[in-house]
Order: sequence, then C-alpha cells, then structure tokens
Amino acid sequence: MRAASSPQLQSPQFQAPKLKSTQSQSAAPALTFDDLTLGYDGHAAVHHLNGTVELGSLTAVVGANGSGKSTLLKGIVGALRPIDGSVTCAPGQRIAYLPQLSELDRSFPATVGDLVGLGHWPRRGLLGRHSRDDRNRAKQAMMAVGLEGFEKRGIDTLSGGQLQRALFARVLVQDADLVLLDEPFNAVDAATVRDLVALIQRWHGEGRTVLVVVHDLDLVREHFPNALLLARRPIAWGATDETLRPENLLRARRFDEAWDEGADWCAHNQNNSTGSLVRADRGAA
Amino acid sequence: MLADLQAFVIQPFVDYGFMRRALLGALLLSVSACPVGVFLMLRRMSLTGDAMAHAILPGAATAFLLYGLEIVPMTLGGLAAGLVVALGAGALSRLTVQREDAAMAALYMLSLAAGVMLVSLRGSSIDLMHVLFGTVLALNDEALMLIAIACAISVSTLAILWRALVAECLDPLFLRSVSPLGTLVHLTFLVLVVLNLVAGFQALGTLLSVGLMIMPAAAARFWTTRVVPMCALAVLIGATASVAGLLASYHAALPSGPAIILAAGFVYLMSVFFAPRGLLTRIPRTRHRTA
Repeated sequence: MRAASSPQLQSPQFQAPKLKSTQSQSAAPALTFDDLTLGYDGHAAVHHLNGTVELGSLTAVVGANGSGKSTLLKGIVGALRPIDGSVTCAPGQRIAYLPQLSELDRSFPATVGDLVGLGHWPRRGLLGRHSRDDRNRAKQAMMAVGLEGFEKRGIDTLSGGQLQRALFARVLVQDADLVLLDEPFNAVDAATVRDLVALIQRWHGEGRTVLVVVHDLDLVREHFPNALLLARRPIAWGATDETLRPENLLRARRFDEAWDEGADWCAHNQNNSTGSLVRADRGAA
Repeated sequence: MLADLQAFVIQPFVDYGFMRRALLGALLLSVSACPVGVFLMLRRMSLTGDAMAHAILPGAATAFLLYGLEIVPMTLGGLAAGLVVALGAGALSRLTVQREDAAMAALYMLSLAAGVMLVSLRGSSIDLMHVLFGTVLALNDEALMLIAIACAISVSTLAILWRALVAECLDPLFLRSVSPLGTLVHLTFLVLVVLNLVAGFQALGTLLSVGLMIMPAAAARFWTTRVVPMCALAVLIGATASVAGLLASYHAALPSGPAIILAAGFVYLMSVFFAPRGLLTRIPRTRHRTA
C-alpha cells in the first residue's frame, strides 16, 4: 500500500540507540522505522528512529510534551513526510488513526450514526452501498462503546467523553489492522478510560497492532506490554517494565523542548539523498 | 376567485414565451445552485460565493471585449477566470501556510480589479451593469442550454461525490487518513461553485446568482438538522422565490433578478424568526425534559 523503500542508509558517524523489541522476530513487522527523522521547518522532532513494531503488538508511546509522540504517529499515517529515513508499513494493512487534535466539525449537521458510519469508508469507499451487515456492524460498535441509542443524536449534543466513545466506535467499524491512537484518554473520565482501555485490549486480543500515545505511566504499566519512550530521540523501547525504569525516565526528562536555531546540522544525512515520500498527496497536518 | 389566482400566477407564463424561458432558467438554477449553497454554508464558505462571483469578472470582460455581448464566450471566459482563482486559492491553502480565505481574498481582488480595468477599456458602465446584474427576462436558447448543462453536471457530480463531500466537511483529517480523495473533492466542489455562478450570471448577473446560491441554503438551515432534507428544502425555497420574483417582476414592472433575490430574502427573514430553530421557536426555552 505504501512504497517507502529508500536506499539503506549507512551512517558511520552516528549510531541510533540500540532498540530491541521483546516480541519474536519471526513474523514480518507491522511497522519498520528505518532511520526515521520527522520534524517541522528542518528541525527534528523525531530523530533517527530505528526499530520495528511487531504484528499484533500493543505499544504505549510515552514521553514529555514536545517529545515527538504525535509527530511519530503523523509520520506513520503519512500526514507528515519524513525529513530523512523512512517508515514502512507491512503491505495490505489497513490503518485507523485517531488524531489528538481532531478536525471534526461539530457544527456540521450529522448524527452519531453518521460519524460512526464514516468508518465504513475503507471497505465501501465512495460509491459502495452500505449493506445491512454494515449497519449492524455500526450498531454493534456503538453498543460496544456504550453509546446504544445515540444513533440519531446530533454530534453537537455530545459530551467530550461521549464523542471520544463515538470515535472509538468508528475505529471499531474501520476494522483496521493497525490502530494509532493519539492521547485518546485526554479529558475523559475514569469510567470511560476503563471502557476504552478494555476496547484497546480487545483489539490486542484480536491480533491487531495497536500504538497508543499515553501520558499516564501507571496506566501504561498496568495495561501495555510494550512501551516506546521518546525524547525526540528514542530513549528506550521494549517491554514496559524495562522501558519505564527510573534511569530511562530521568534521561527522557533531560531534553530541551525548544528549538535551537544554532543547533548543529545533523552530520548523519550528509551523504545520502532525501527521505522517501509517503503519499505525496497529503499536506502537512 | 380561483380564476383571479389563475390569471395572476399562471397566465403570465402561458401568455409570454420570455416568461416561460425565465421560469425554466430560474428553476434549473435553483436545482443546481441551492445544494451547492448548502455545502458552501456548512463549510463556512458562504462568503466565498461572493468572492468567486467577483473573480469571474475579468474572464467575462475579456470575452466581452473580444466578442461583444455573446453568451458562450462570456461564459467560458468567466469559467476560466473563476477556475484560476478557485483552484489557485484551494491549492495555495493546501500547499502553503496561507488559509484559503486569505488566498481567495487576495486572488479575487486581483481578479476584480483586472476585470474593472478591462471593462473600462471599452464600453460604458451600462455594459458592466449588465454583466453584474444580468437579465433573466432575456434568456435566449444558448443561455438556457448552458444553464441546463451546468445543472446536469452539478447535480450528477454532487450525487457521485456526496459521501466524500460529507466526510470532507465533517472530518477532513479522517478522510485524509482513509482516502486520497479529500483534496480532489474540495477542488471539484470549488469548480461546481464557479460553474453555477457562471451559469447564473446571464440570467441573474454575477452578484445575484450568489444570492440564489446562498440565501435558500441559509434559510433551510433553520428548518432541519439533516443534510439531504436541507438540500431539498433549499431547492424548494429557491424555486418558490424564483416564481414569486418573476411574478412580482411581471405584475409590478420590477427588475427580475433583484425581485427573485428579494423573494428569497423574504423567506430567509421569515425562517430566521419563525422556523423551528429560529428566534421565536414555539417551545418556550425553559421547558425541558428531565433526561
């Protein structure tokens, strides 16, 4: 689905932190980051990320504000082109992406049913008819997130938590192989967090690959087998207990959030071409 | 009584060919432009219609300078100028930091100034008035044919792109994550806006065709919360205003274009006050259900 095969990058000067995934290496990875550098205006926000996300794994992406978590997800989904390196998605995988800052227009005259029904797009596209099965699927998704009977409610009448549940229902309908959730628990009450975490666990159980940006480390320790700790550059990546060890967290805290206009140019990419293009039709988000 | 009504409402169209042509043109325009207006409104681009109407001017003026008051060249010229501005603004906003409203404002002012300059090179301000305000009562076969073609293109395109257009309005980021159609849909929609304005300018003029596009849509918003009924209602309001405006124009010897738009404006003001979602709703505000 996405050709991102840039030439293998060789870098004698810089070696990215050695990152190991705990999962078995037998299956092809769901995502492969090859020296991925993402950023804005030539400043790196994710710096030389190498590693793989195994198929069917459940990974929490943690780090301070400005550490590149959302940027990484944007890079994966193709909303942001890599400055350098590439991110490769296993072929044929359907992606569902729930951004942190949604561009959802809540004043648009649509019902919760309409919103959830958007999730049919990957299977039905522009002109495919929505079958009775599709409608049942949407109905079940709304039941699964606790929004039964909300079908005809206008989206402008929903609370923040209800809207988040509706968006999760849409992800359910999308039936994606790779689910990317950017801070889905923001401004959501404890009961809703519990329900949404249960859904994430269900996706994990169904063999989907799930990446979630989370701030609550206790939540991560309790529910996420794997974690990726970012501080613009990757600090640690692997089993959650290992990744979130105090010394790693301390190292992750020591990074400067501000851009440094006088920062040295990264020597790494002087001897190779630009990063690969990912879906050129998309602008920066 | 019934005979009076018949004489008032039906007879003008029975007696006069130009009234029948005007009616057909206005109804076709309503079917074509009103749903486009609904989406313009829902995308908070209502004023874009106005901007695009100005943007058409230099194209129409250039054609007017070259070919005189000929409908086909002026339509094509207007279409070309409108497309340059619409697609230019759409592309600028997607490729640069500039928001679409700013890009469009800059490009349409450029276009309008060029248009006024061109018109002033030859001809009088009466010609300009003709371009700006049109004459629905003088629709010839060519003009009617152009309106019919624009109507067919507009309605069928909307029907095909409906789902994508709704998705693009409701959650553009989502559409981008599942389909590359988003930009295409947006640009196609801008093309439809231009097409409808150009189709309307011979009948109503560039300025008043914006009114027929936006005002029924704005009025319909007060009555319903679903997009399909909103489009249907907007068409109905547009058609009603067209008939009422033409009759008022006929009986009171008023200019037809402004009469149609004023009729639509009347419906709009009525909706503002008396529609279910208007200012004076029948259900008192304090009355509510417990859950």
